[in-house]
Amino acid sequence: MYSFEIETPTSLADALSALGQDEAQALGGGQTLIPSLKARLASPAVLVSLAKIDEIKGITAGDGTVTIGGGTTHAAVAAGVAGSYPALAALAGNIGDPAVRNRGTIGGSLANNDPAACYPAAVLASGATIVTNTREIAADDYFQGMFTTALEEGEIVTAVTFPIPEKAAYLKFEQPASRFALVGVFVAKYPDGVRVAVTGASESGVFRWTEAEAALSADFSVAALDGLSLPAEGMMGDLHGSGAYRAHLVAVMTKRAVTAAG
Amino acid sequence: MTKVTMTVNGKAVSKEVSGNTLMTEFLRDELRLTGTHVGCDTSQCGACVIHVDGKNVKACTMFAAEAHGAEVTTIEGMANADGSLSVLQQAFQDHHGLQCGFCTPGMVMTAAKLLEENPKPSEHEIRDYLEGNICRCTGYHNIVKAILAASGQDVSGIAAE
Repeated sequence: MYSFEIETPTSLADALSALGQDEAQALGGGQTLIPSLKARLASPAVLVSLAKIDEIKGITAGDGTVTIGGGTTHAAVAAGVAGSYPALAALAGNIGDPAVRNRGTIGGSLANNDPAACYPAAVLASGATIVTNTREIAADDYFQGMFTTALEEGEIVTAVTFPIPEKAAYLKFEQPASRFALVGVFVAKYPDGVRVAVTGASESGVFRWTEAEAALSADFSVAALDGLSLPAEGMMGDLHGSGAYRAHLVAVMTKRAVTAAG
Repeated sequence: MTKVTMTVNGKAVSKEVSGNTLMTEFLRDELRLTGTHVGCDTSQCGACVIHVDGKNVKACTMFAAEAHGAEVTTIEGMANADGSLSVLQQAFQDHHGLQCGFCTPGMVMTAAKLLEENPKPSEHEIRDYLEGNICRCTGYHNIVKAILAASGQDVSGIAAE
């Protein structure tokens, strides 16, 4: 690692002022950023840890929604929304491994927007709202391609508000070594329609499969998806699977998600 | 440099460290607690698992400064007060839950948390919880058996090692 100073503020205001320094970078749970620092893929002068800021942690239930603080760990989400949003709890409880889930945070995951991360699929399929220190961003505007989001320099994800669906499920086809999603599909059924978001597959990061959404909105059944497929163009291809394979998996996992959602 | 103060295995410690000092480096190089192992150093293998404020975490993927003020337990703090092995450690010995032993500290630290959260885990639950702990000797079978035994469950039905 290159050398840097580290700060551990306990309030959002202090964190934002620390982030105003030259070459400052926010550190969430560090489960992606620390390995990146070790690989010298990032070289901040100051790292501002968000882990001790209680005001951006925790889960609050609203009217048909659940709001999760950006600094809430995956383990806390898995336990905290098990009753209100079971599909989201199951997703959070299957990220990485138990030790990673005790450090990694929802805000960190969303700020990083790894193309194979799980949370972006839940956020996009739920039409969630990303709350930052300055504004609210709709999920449809937030994800802007691999590792790219609508966040500005120094902007922090303070919370995410999820409308709770009638039915939902997330199905992840795990890359057997890393356990990241080779393809992950989140299906969420709301009174005004079904949303389907896919992670792990596309070169442009998480995306909505609008054809499947239309079919499922008309008839929420596996049969409604018969004959639907995605083109291999634009899908990631690597030693774990070709673009065509991933495109095929998207359709398979979508069907499984519909079955699981019941 | 940053001053960090924390409690490690019940003892208060305080050191000046650079910002990029990892918990593994803090424990091993500053405190000379070398039971916390560094296998992959990329948070895959789990040989470095410790407990920070009651949560199992990978010490290679956390900075010492982030543990400022925390209660930390490492493998050196897992034995009974009189120095005898804990039930879990004894089970690892009795069931030969190790081959080369490199992954053992992390396995014990992870298993201890599992048994706290789930006192009678099934074999499947144990294997699932050990997802982030890799034994490169592939000696998982006896590790799982040791954890089952430590939870007070009958292991006679588990296939012979």
